[in-house]
Amino acid sequence: MQYFEKPSSPLQRLLDRIPLVGDIVRQPLGAIGFAIVSLFVVCVVFAPLIAPYDYARQDIPNRMEGPSVKYWLGTDNLGRDLFSRLVYGSRIAFETALPSVGIALIVGMLLGLIAGYVGGWLDNLIVVVMDTLQAFPSIMLSLAILALLGPSLVNVIIVIGLTWMPNYARVVRAQTLSIREKTYVEAERSLGATDRSILLSHILPNVIAPPLILAAMDLPWVITFEAGLSFLGLGVRPPTPSWGSILSEGFDHIFETPWPILWSGLTLALTTLGFTLFGEALRDVLDPRLSGTRGL
Amino acid sequence: MLVYIVKRILMTLLVLLMVVVFLTLLVHIVPGDPVTMILGPRATPSLIAQMRSAMDLDKPIYVQIGHFLWNILHGSLGMDAVTGVPIATLIGSALPHTMILAVSSLLLAVLIGVPIGMYSATHTDSLPDRILTIGSISLTTIPSYVAGLFLLLIFAVELHALPAMGLGNAGDTLDYIKHLILPSIALAITWIGYLGRLVRTSLLEVFNETYVRASRAAGISERLIRYRYALKNALIPTVAILGVGLGSLMGGAVFIEIIFTRPGMGLLIYNAIQTRNYPLVRAGVFVVAVLFVLANLLADLVYTYLDPRIQLNKRMA
Repeated sequence: MQYFEKPSSPLQRLLDRIPLVGDIVRQPLGAIGFAIVSLFVVCVVFAPLIAPYDYARQDIPNRMEGPSVKYWLGTDNLGRDLFSRLVYGSRIAFETALPSVGIALIVGMLLGLIAGYVGGWLDNLIVVVMDTLQAFPSIMLSLAILALLGPSLVNVIIVIGLTWMPNYARVVRAQTLSIREKTYVEAERSLGATDRSILLSHILPNVIAPPLILAAMDLPWVITFEAGLSFLGLGVRPPTPSWGSILSEGFDHIFETPWPILWSGLTLALTTLGFTLFGEALRDVLDPRLSGTRGL
Repeated sequence: MLVYIVKRILMTLLVLLMVVVFLTLLVHIVPGDPVTMILGPRATPSLIAQMRSAMDLDKPIYVQIGHFLWNILHGSLGMDAVTGVPIATLIGSALPHTMILAVSSLLLAVLIGVPIGMYSATHTDSLPDRILTIGSISLTTIPSYVAGLFLLLIFAVELHALPAMGLGNAGDTLDYIKHLILPSIALAITWIGYLGRLVRTSLLEVFNETYVRASRAAGISERLIRYRYALKNALIPTVAILGVGLGSLMGGAVFIEIIFTRPGMGLLIYNAIQTRNYPLVRAGVFVVAVLFVLANLLADLVYTYLDPRIQLNKRMA
């Protein structure tokens, strides 16, 4: 029974846009972003096929060499092939970024939905907790937690998820608040729909697009954040290659060889650029209203 | 207006109280005992008890929180259980260096980023605009630690053009500034790109406003419109974001201080983490959180003052 015409939901619009890639690639910067992201994905999936050596294989006589035919990008302080380590490093970046953004997205969305829909003291409590989590520069919050948890990849994922989560809660809460008051939701409620069905079939589909776009935009920041924590020695443990730990080892030997810093720095910057261009093109295609610059 | 300001300040105080509660609870929620982490597995029970009491960990949580707040109200952050020096002294000597670094980076970002945005906005779709736009995007995506390492590599290690370690000779201002150049550029790079983009977008928005078009129609010179009328309004979002910027730069300073061995807050907290000195971590992070929250509060108030149109009771975006 439907008395009011429902506005087309962002999810519907999202599904209408399945030939997305075409729209993104049509923008020059989007095309560059797409190319870089594709390259990244290829490295993640086919790392063992692309990397010429094992990432932990040491060749001490040839340590800290510059680029050569044998070692395309040179070797690090233990004579490990930098190219192979960077290729495998993409896996660490991916394995951290995806679950941590996933945690932030799911937990944040859940809290945002509850805060916006239930309202009252629960809403106030969630808002204050989110404000508290955002009262720290994210790196400080992560350092405070990792100081107690100890360094490990799983801990880094949890910490990044927690640090990023308030953004998602905010966006979803604001959306939920406005949709809760819409006539069609009130109509459903007066027809006897339960909270659960209203939340799942009316509010959720309407609030899901902005946090998904936010997640796409957050991926590059999360990748640099993980690398930063690994650079500080709080991320993956050696000999696992994270781009941040390659940078850190390069920093320890900065007076002897520039190559580890140079290549891992460039890889990080290029990947971030690619994901940013891709994310912005995706946002412009999916939701032009969100266009423009956003906060860091 | 007054109600809004009072409400905003009360909210800030509540958040700061929550920060203290959160940082204290963290020790209890998260697995791992800071005392055994500092003393190692072979410490005697009496030594552990002594350290636990020095760190206040032997008391109930609400006593710890009360104690911490009581200390703060009396201008003290407690004693460092490891070195025996008051924590406030340690922070007092580190904080100015971080503030100087953050403020000089922000200044640098404004001095370079704002003109870039203005030039781009007044020359839209020209070749320089495109180059500057792509350049700005690229700058925003370079992590500060990568920028820092590259600058260190190029100007200090390869060219020997600028000093890279520490603060320079005590009392020598010129030397201090020399040691500040590379770190502040490294920290500013992201924000140069970010401000460039922000100013460009907001100027273009303002150029489309009716009053700008009306002024044009009235024959007011383009220069006057652009730099007197439009820029003033276009800079409002920039001013608002600078408060956030100061806070985020203090966060980014962690990496920069480690790379350039500047003895600021970042290095202090990082070293405290390395030695598992949790009370020092808590106090350091608390001080940074206070500055972060205050910078945001200030930006909010300045924003409300500059643009009275914004909703006063808007708490969440």
